[in-house]
Amino acid sequence: MANRPRTLYEKIWDAHVVETRDDGTSLVYIDRHLVHEVTSPQAFEALRMAGRKVRKPELTLAVPDHNLPTTARLDTSGNRLPIADPESAQQLAALERNAPEFSIRYIGATDAEQGIVHVVGPEQGFSLPGATIVCGDSHTAAHGGVGALAFGIGTSEVEHVLATQTLLLKRSKTLEVRVDGQLGPGVTSKDLILHIIGVLGTAGGTGYVIEYRGEVFEKMSVESRLTVCNMSIEAGARSGLIAPDDITFAYLKGRPMAPKGEDWDKAVAWWRSLATDEGAKFDKSIRIDAGDVEPTVTWGTSPEDVVSIGGVVPAPESFADTSKQDAVRKSLDYMGLVPGTPMRDVEVQNIFIGSCTNSRIEDMRAAAEVLRGRKVHPNIKWGIVVPGSGLVKAQAEAEGLDKIIIEAGLEWREPGCSACLAMNPDKVPAGERCASTSNRNFVGRQGPGARTHLVSPAMAAAAAVTGRLTDVRELTS
Amino acid sequence: MEPVSTIEGRAIPFGRKNVDTDVIIPAHWLKTITREGLGRGAFESVRAEDGNIFDDPEFAGAPILIAGDNFGCGSSREHAAWALLDMGVKAVIAPSFSDIFSGNAFKNGILTVCLPQEQIDRLMEVAREQPVSIDLDTQTVTTPFQDRFTFEIDPFRKHCLSEGLDEVGLTLARDAAIANHEKSREANLPWLAKGVAA
Repeated sequence: MANRPRTLYEKIWDAHVVETRDDGTSLVYIDRHLVHEVTSPQAFEALRMAGRKVRKPELTLAVPDHNLPTTARLDTSGNRLPIADPESAQQLAALERNAPEFSIRYIGATDAEQGIVHVVGPEQGFSLPGATIVCGDSHTAAHGGVGALAFGIGTSEVEHVLATQTLLLKRSKTLEVRVDGQLGPGVTSKDLILHIIGVLGTAGGTGYVIEYRGEVFEKMSVESRLTVCNMSIEAGARSGLIAPDDITFAYLKGRPMAPKGEDWDKAVAWWRSLATDEGAKFDKSIRIDAGDVEPTVTWGTSPEDVVSIGGVVPAPESFADTSKQDAVRKSLDYMGLVPGTPMRDVEVQNIFIGSCTNSRIEDMRAAAEVLRGRKVHPNIKWGIVVPGSGLVKAQAEAEGLDKIIIEAGLEWREPGCSACLAMNPDKVPAGERCASTSNRNFVGRQGPGARTHLVSPAMAAAAAVTGRLTDVRELTS
Repeated sequence: MEPVSTIEGRAIPFGRKNVDTDVIIPAHWLKTITREGLGRGAFESVRAEDGNIFDDPEFAGAPILIAGDNFGCGSSREHAAWALLDMGVKAVIAPSFSDIFSGNAFKNGILTVCLPQEQIDRLMEVAREQPVSIDLDTQTVTTPFQDRFTFEIDPFRKHCLSEGLDEVGLTLARDAAIANHEKSREANLPWLAKGVAA
């Protein structure tokens, strides 16, 4: 086994197996654990009931994000404003109590570093290449963008990790998604991952870990890689990752929780050894030509329901599978769309730029670039830009992006998950459409009856300007 | 966790594919800090449809749910499993499940049974009028019409379910092996061992 060529996933897996049972289940060590307020209270409560401790508190980082309102958190004299929803307030209070009780590092709701767990982890250098990273949230796959094996877990597993710093897992199959060539102008990492999900389907990656390979990913920024890996779960894969390289190391160096000095040098040497070996076998491979990827939007209620912006709403009969035809009919009914309608003619009333998929500084810049000197269309009733963390917000403000966004007519908010899942007050009204940079267009995801079209930040900004889904290239070329 | 052996009773013939966890339990129900009471929010958007199967009194408290491919895709929320339990569902039968959901279901003693679509179609038909029975020991699903379908289950999961084992307790018993791993990690990957102080 020592000489057998291995994939990136297999190398990380092998380095973390504590032991393997006869039935093939392995006990796997977890290096980094992120905790937020929604999926952790029952886990801490279970520890308390059983009188169990957290095995390695220093390997867990807690930060609230899902429930927090994105309106001001402090009054003008700097006092904390209460959260109006009593249940949200209670959930936040539980995390504020649990973190210190179990000696876990906590970034509070009003701290400068607060943000969405999947933005905060890489930004702080907590998420590292070659590490196993978990969080009670399926978009944990995002951290694969720094070359980590990262995946979402349920609350029972959160409890298991807190108590034992391990998980009982079965080895996954490996899926290579290779994209060669170059993305065209106006085509972003978001368009690429939507296109990939369209090819794989929403269950195409079930049972697999995806490794994204090829020229496109090798040249991509870490932030864009985080966007790609983030949505692996929308193709059914619990995890997706990209080999760490010089771009990754340059991104991580000097971050507050990243290794320093001698540790840094040792770490980089190990990280370099993790790339998939020549000749390593994947269980499945797909190839995509980057030149085929257009700015992409969704028309339905599953992330696999994608079409290029130049396309039309599909007819149910255009799908071979009869049960998919039924699903499409239901989707189109929910979405209020008629087959054959050009996507460009679909009017939107709401804009959401944010979420763990697209709320980093690169995303803020892409949106502001389109909005610069333009005004939001009268169709738009509500449009918010929600930076992924306090640090992203501060950086954007230092660059004057907030002014461009506000002058265009969108609101500039405090960091959090916000209208991606509408747990806090940010919701899309029933029957209305939203051009959204988030990750799920499920029924009711952005509020009961809300109709979501997933797009890139530049495409969301373009839709804000024209009041309909728009090819951003018409505004930028 | 209660040991699982036989699950018998009415089976809700839902049958839909790609049922995501936002459909099983919408996000606004996730603000709870306990595991109880989520059945009220289960399948909320489906229950808004006229004549939906979940509001049919015939299936109230049914212990089995029959669904289509890729059941439980999307979010990792374990609230989806808790909501099913609170409805009285102890087993879900479908052609396939999302990885995270099936793990969450298992950890709550909910049996996930994979059967081919033709057998699902047959069960959907039978379930409208008759009960269905699942036996974990023999790994079979049977109906009063002599249908007998066998299913695969991971041996570790079967063991834990049939004994009602607490996984955290099992792993805590492996303390020495974990401590060994930690020692070699401190030597070889020291930056990973350090983490962050509270």
